Amino acid sequence: MATLPVERRPLTLAERSYLPQIARGLKTTLKHIFSPNVTMEYPEVQPEIPAGYRGVPTLVTDPHGREKCVSCQLCEFVCPPKAIRITPGAVPEGSGREHIEKAPEEFKIDMLRCIYCGLCQEVCPEEAIFLQNQFSLNGLTREEMVHDKKRLYELGGSLPDRHFKWDKKKAAAEHGNAH
Amino acid sequence: MIQPANPDLVTVNIDGREIAVPKGTNVIEASRKLSIDIPHYCYHEKLSVAGNCRMCLIEMGMPAVDPATKAPIIDEATGKQKINWIPKPVIGCGTNVSPGMHIRTTTPMVKDARESVMEFLLVNHPLDCPICDQAGECKLQEQATGYGRGYSRYIEEKNVKPKRSVLGPHVTLDDERCILCSRCIRFSREIAKDDVLGFTDRGSYSTLTCFPGRELANNYSLNTVDICPVGALTSTDFRFKMRVWFLKQTNSICTESSVGTNTVVWSREGVIYRITPRQNDGVNDTWMTDSGRMLYKQVLAPERLKSAAVRGAAASAEDALRAAAELLRASEAGSIAIVGSGRSSVEEQFLTRKLAEALGGAPVSLVSRVGEGDGLLLSADRNPNLRGALVTGLIQSLPPVTASLAALGAAIDAGKVKTVISIGEDLTAAEAGLSAEQLAKVSLITLGTHASATSAAAAVVLPTLTVFEKSGTFVNQQFRIQKFAKAVPGPEGVGDDLATLSALIAAAKAGASASEADTPAAAASAASCDVHAVWATLAAEVPALGTMTYKTIPDDGLLLDGTPYAALPFAEGEALHYKPACAAETAAAPEGAESRAKAPAAA
Repeated sequence: MATLPVERRPLTLAERSYLPQIARGLKTTLKHIFSPNVTMEYPEVQPEIPAGYRGVPTLVTDPHGREKCVSCQLCEFVCPPKAIRITPGAVPEGSGREHIEKAPEEFKIDMLRCIYCGLCQEVCPEEAIFLQNQFSLNGLTREEMVHDKKRLYELGGSLPDRHFKWDKKKAAAEHGNAH
Repeated sequence: MIQPANPDLVTVNIDGREIAVPKGTNVIEASRKLSIDIPHYCYHEKLSVAGNCRMCLIEMGMPAVDPATKAPIIDEATGKQKINWIPKPVIGCGTNVSPGMHIRTTTPMVKDARESVMEFLLVNHPLDCPICDQAGECKLQEQATGYGRGYSRYIEEKNVKPKRSVLGPHVTLDDERCILCSRCIRFSREIAKDDVLGFTDRGSYSTLTCFPGRELANNYSLNTVDICPVGALTSTDFRFKMRVWFLKQTNSICTESSVGTNTVVWSREGVIYRITPRQNDGVNDTWMTDSGRMLYKQVLAPERLKSAAVRGAAASAEDALRAAAELLRASEAGSIAIVGSGRSSVEEQFLTRKLAEALGGAPVSLVSRVGEGDGLLLSADRNPNLRGALVTGLIQSLPPVTASLAALGAAIDAGKVKTVISIGEDLTAAEAGLSAEQLAKVSLITLGTHASATSAAAAVVLPTLTVFEKSGTFVNQQFRIQKFAKAVPGPEGVGDDLATLSALIAAAKAGASASEADTPAAAASAASCDVHAVWATLAAEVPALGTMTYKTIPDDGLLLDGTPYAALPFAEGEALHYKPACAAETAAAPEGAESRAKAPAAA
């Protein structure tokens, strides 16, 4: 292959002394010394979580503390990494909630599998599962990282409800168009 | 229009495509042959036509003829015979084909009709899909997606009906979900012949219910759950157990009786949740018994045998097989008897026969199980595979109906039989007829799925698999060979039946030739005992099965030639798709226990 000799431009005096570059670097440094902080003292200072953030999936109750999940298993079906496992069960007669008919006997989310995609929240027809603000999760054993129903409700708490679907259903059953 | 050569066929034109179908076919069935789907709820091919859901509305027309001369009227624009379209839609289920009939299923009128019918059906339908067991296999759900409006215009209050009526021991009814198709009523009346269901009240207050003082308690009640197009009738057993879209479907055969009902086993991750019938128009149509559906419970029954045992102590499968081999070797020739089973698959019965041959022609008895047939899908013979034992040559004549093992018992009492191999039978059961004292006199090697008095008394217990955990074939009362497939894995530590039998055969052969101490388990290598491998020898040695392999048996079975056995007095009476070949002419009951010709067990 032919070799092309390239003629280099000789360095100027300013370039050879490096002084202008040093000055420019000092300027950048000085600017950041007096500008406000962008980092955060993390464990002491907690970040502000933006709306729509997808944290740890949780089960929520309605404002009266009642279970919302009816174990339709759609989240289990849609979950891409198959992290959710539900054991469905019937609501016993005489519990005052028998008109809902179905509730999860057990509800497990394997947080080692969860990818925080939020599809479970999106698919839930009862608005019972939400990815809320918690983002930091750790444990010492694998079992600890599988959240059971009790833990999921602890993490979830109560959220406002716009529908009270099952209360309406019960009211209709008592006062509705029966024959 | 070209008339087909066969006068029993009628040519119709559906959406511009011509098809010849038999006379009396309705439009839904004719369209199905062209893969054109006409949505419907109340129509069911095995029930009478009610025509009350109005979902199958289609547009129909007939070729125009001059009323006076009967000459075809030709449309000048196209040069073809003009079609007089009926200005209003007609129902597809109640319209039988006639020559030259034209059908349109995709026109705006049909689309409007479907949308309107769907809207009316959904007026009072609750939004229960998240808690409804039918979700995923619900016709209303599917057709609301396919033909529904997509939004609701209904702002009034929905009707309220009873949500959890218990109709019978197996069926729970949610009346709000009912779309009043009346399939269940027609099924009870026409198929189950137990007319217990009906509608009360009128209009949108119509409610499905049982007649006063009656309940839906017949042995076919769960078929109403299958044919219910919505989630109104639900199985109390399957209710809220699992969503259907998680379940894996495996084709199987019901072992309840010799009818050989074709079934689908629905399982998830090795657990069976339900059994439903599979359509086979030659055997069970689309029905099955409730009692047959509950048989899956045997898989997880607490008395299930899960490990091999030698003299009551749990042992490894290898140790148990070694102990069995030693027992066989120690027994003198002619003192071993085998009790085969009409519940074993064809392959197992064939291997049982090979075992008898390897033991120098040990006598084989079979336990007969005769109950009462119901004339439909529960036959008198409760052995699912008695005819398989005849076809494979395990037995030559039928076992006695009561105390099938009486002859074996006599041989035990006479001291002629010292070792008994029982293949999946409880020898002290009423129909078998051995006593506990007789069992105590012999060394017993038993194969079985569940603990029984026999397994408690046995020297060697080898656990086996249930029908849901293995593959094989059964021969039903019509001499139809039908195959079933493995739906779930067997319990840990339970070997395949064919492998266990092969190991016993190897042990018997080793004992017969020389007292070599090779382990029988090793002799029966895994490759030689799967169902396909057994079929290779089976097809070669059983002439009746020579033309087929396990793979080539179709899903709806193959009819074998039953004429060689026509003279045998089978227990079955007339039933759905079955007529007994010999009614009364062979009155002579079989005598003595079943035995292979060479060495009769009877003293």
